Amino acid sequence: SSHEHKLNFKKSKEVCLSYIQDAMLHKQWKRAAEFLTFYIESLEKDYSREYMGPSEIIWRIGTEILCHHSQSSMKEFNSFIEQMKTLGVKRFLKVCLEHTFHLLCNGLIDEAYQNLSLAESWRYGEQTAIQDKEMKLIQAYRGLLDYYSWSKQKNILLEHGQDGFEDLSVEQEMHSCFRKATVNLKEITKIPGVWDQFVKCYVDLLEFYGDHNEARQVLNEYAYNSKFPANPNAHVYLYQFLKRHGESKKSLISALKILHDVAPSHELMIDFNTMLQKSKKRKKRRLGLEVIFAALDYAGWKENVKAWSCLARQVKQIVISEKHLDWIKVEWNSRKDWWPAFHFSRYLAKRNWQENESLSYEKALVAGILLGKDCKYFKYVSHQGCKAQVKRFRILKKFVNKRNPVYLRISG
Amino acid sequence: RDFNERCAQCSEVNWGLTDGGRFYCRSCHNVTERTREVVNTDFITNTRIQTISKGLRKQEKTDGGCEWYVCEGFQLVLKKQAEALEALGVCPQMKDEILCNFWRRYLQKSKQAYCKRPAGETVKALSVCDSSTDVDSEPERPSLLHFLSLSESDGDLQTDCSFVSSTSKVSESTSVCSGSVDGSLYLMKNQKEKLRMTMPMTLSFCYMALLWLREPMTLSDLLRFVVEGHIPYLNVFQHFPEQMKLCGLDLKIFCVESWPVYEEVYTKMLELAAFLDLPRFPDITDSCFLHPDMLCMKYLMEANLPDELHNWTCRVVKKIRIGEADFLTLVPGNKSTRKVKYDVLAAAVIVVVLKLLFLLDDHYEWLLSDFAEERNKNNKEDGPYFEFKKWYKVIKCSLDVEQKKMDEERAKYLWRCEKPLFYSAEKKSKVLKRRQMVVNLQNQFGKLSGSVLPAEKPNPSSFQLSWSEENADESCFHGHSLKGILQEKCGVLTAVNPDYWLCTVKLCNEKLCGHPAHYKEVDFPQSYHFVLRLFSFLLRIQPSYIHDEVCLIEHKLFNKKLCKKPKFNPGLRK
Repeated sequence: SSHEHKLNFKKSKEVCLSYIQDAMLHKQWKRAAEFLTFYIESLEKDYSREYMGPSEIIWRIGTEILCHHSQSSMKEFNSFIEQMKTLGVKRFLKVCLEHTFHLLCNGLIDEAYQNLSLAESWRYGEQTAIQDKEMKLIQAYRGLLDYYSWSKQKNILLEHGQDGFEDLSVEQEMHSCFRKATVNLKEITKIPGVWDQFVKCYVDLLEFYGDHNEARQVLNEYAYNSKFPANPNAHVYLYQFLKRHGESKKSLISALKILHDVAPSHELMIDFNTMLQKSKKRKKRRLGLEVIFAALDYAGWKENVKAWSCLARQVKQIVISEKHLDWIKVEWNSRKDWWPAFHFSRYLAKRNWQENESLSYEKALVAGILLGKDCKYFKYVSHQGCKAQVKRFRILKKFVNKRNPVYLRISG
Repeated sequence: RDFNERCAQCSEVNWGLTDGGRFYCRSCHNVTERTREVVNTDFITNTRIQTISKGLRKQEKTDGGCEWYVCEGFQLVLKKQAEALEALGVCPQMKDEILCNFWRRYLQKSKQAYCKRPAGETVKALSVCDSSTDVDSEPERPSLLHFLSLSESDGDLQTDCSFVSSTSKVSESTSVCSGSVDGSLYLMKNQKEKLRMTMPMTLSFCYMALLWLREPMTLSDLLRFVVEGHIPYLNVFQHFPEQMKLCGLDLKIFCVESWPVYEEVYTKMLELAAFLDLPRFPDITDSCFLHPDMLCMKYLMEANLPDELHNWTCRVVKKIRIGEADFLTLVPGNKSTRKVKYDVLAAAVIVVVLKLLFLLDDHYEWLLSDFAEERNKNNKEDGPYFEFKKWYKVIKCSLDVEQKKMDEERAKYLWRCEKPLFYSAEKKSKVLKRRQMVVNLQNQFGKLSGSVLPAEKPNPSSFQLSWSEENADESCFHGHSLKGILQEKCGVLTAVNPDYWLCTVKLCNEKLCGHPAHYKEVDFPQSYHFVLRLFSFLLRIQPSYIHDEVCLIEHKLFNKKLCKKPKFNPGLRK
């Protein structure tokens, strides 16, 4: 390697920075701090043309070091961040936000709140308009903290209520928090974005005070407004809200339908399938089958007894009624090449039987229908089950044997 | 002289001038507040001569500053450097006589002082922070935009407030100015003919003076002392007196943001010597430190090589006649003679000798080493034979350690100093605030660095590596013998190694591509590269410079053989 014997300011700071980064990667915080002291003088030079200047670099690196260094304290950190705030006007609100997060992570909720309030009141010419996004976030997080206070007050009241105490001041406090929180949370939920936490809290507040319409509207916007980024959680929240308010099955199903499209492996798919199976409409039942098959495509569901039992129930029902076997055929068509190895191998048969009898039961039923009585899985499990003289396995064996022709029709 | 008022105290008209430029009555010694106004350019010239020799300060301004010229600044720099050199052991003659005279001669030649009238210079320079001056009507005012294109070093000397943006306010030029009277003129004029003074050039001056006195300090030594902080260079303006305010364009002139480069300082020195019309320098004879025989001795010691190698370096030096005074001595302006870089030359001689004795083709030297090792195992009473392998291990180890240290030092190098710099008075408070923050942050993270204190400046030493024979681990090779690799033929000691490979068969034309050869590590044996790397580290220059010199020496050494055979194998017999 050729070692340059030349050196200038820029190069020496680049080299210094690489030493800092190296030390940080090795978690050598003392060494990182040491080299940072030599890097700091680059603040005295103009880097306005660079993408990331020394002030931002120092802010980020300094934060990392102070987070991890054994001798660092919150006090040190705060003093450091205050200096960083004065360093770059263009970054002021961002630094405030990150400072807040840090305070929250350390459980300093009051300090975080103060920090946000101070930031909210910051004005700096045209910068205020430029940093509008950060300002909105700051307001939103303050709203969140207001919600948190409100929640605390509420719990106090509920406790006291049980004990028979009345507490006017707490109630007033609570209402005031409510007002403050709703103002900011309402604002942020209007802007397209992913605001799960804010939405949840906002809806909680609205529901408590009985403003269900507003709550429903917010959730609808969040889930259905195309300007908002696609977010499975939005549909989950809407569904939960509708369920809470006893809405019709129809609206529940339509809420979950989108969830299925977006996240077919979501845990709510079981609820969805259950609802759909019970439906009187053929289309809905058809959809139910599709939903449960789709869910079981995912590895995370392999050992989910509930899911298998849903599938087993529906498949069994179809087979007994002898109607709509083509449904099963269609669903099985795209899966018959890989589901056997994925779910119904002999190894899995053994394991499932050993670890979870119910799981093996449900799966055996499905395997027996889809792959016939001679398939590895069914053979092994039913044999084991019968050997162990578990009643339901005997019934299962009889059932599948009787229905074997069905398998031929499905697989054909 | 033109002052005709009567004295308030004694009513006489008998005025004189104090050192401070005020009028005083010679009869009653009453000092007035009236000061001598600047009237004509002749007076200005005289002022400068006076200020240079006496250090007079004229015309106190509101901020406590005074007028000063750029060359005065450089004079101060040179003075400080000379003092530092004296502290390092250089004889006082250097500062008081040699350097002084060189500098005066320079001022004369460049017509900045010591002459009747500076050519073409008007003193209607950019007014210095004097808001009363109506600068817009100045016909001579140079365009500020022009200054931006002149950049001496890589770094922009801008504070956080960008200088670029302020050019739009050209008419408000009071925001950009210079503390010195002629800072703007200095940068603007095309001074190529006059050899404009720069910070690196101060080192050229120093080296030139050292060379004249034949002091035992090579250019690489000098530059190393500069980087280590023993000689003022970086932030030398700290030493300017309070009244000499630096701002604006002065920063471009006096602030340094890169290490001095050997080539640059050397070339400027030659230019300077020619410019000053200096005669032939005092002869470099074989008793001088800079003579290759002496320098080779030093470098051999530093490289931990056997003293016996010195015989060989002397032989090579003699054979190619580079030990002669006519070759070694600098004759300024003589374009035909090749200029000598003493340190590089000596290092290259050693490299050639190593090639002669050990071949350094990644095979032979290890073979020889194995033989020596065998012999050393079986014979412990007589002195050890030199084993290349052992030496290699020892040196590599040290070199890696030192290199690592140096790399860390480069990363830790601090460029700023206590005394802050600002482009203009407006930026001052911002700069000061910034500096305060820097100091705070440095303290905060300094505490978190653990027990590590900033390393003390290493004591200046001529030797970077030292080896002692008292060490029990036998890591000193000075006394080792070369017997194993030598043989006697016709009463003359020659190398056992019969071969030699040339670094390059043909030298490049320096005028076309700047170098006689072009070094690429991959094209050469690793042992060769290692040896180059060693001296590259000691001299703080690129291996290619040493390689260039090696090529030149080889071509001199094998000149006859090269001329004889037009078609030519790189391996040849000596």
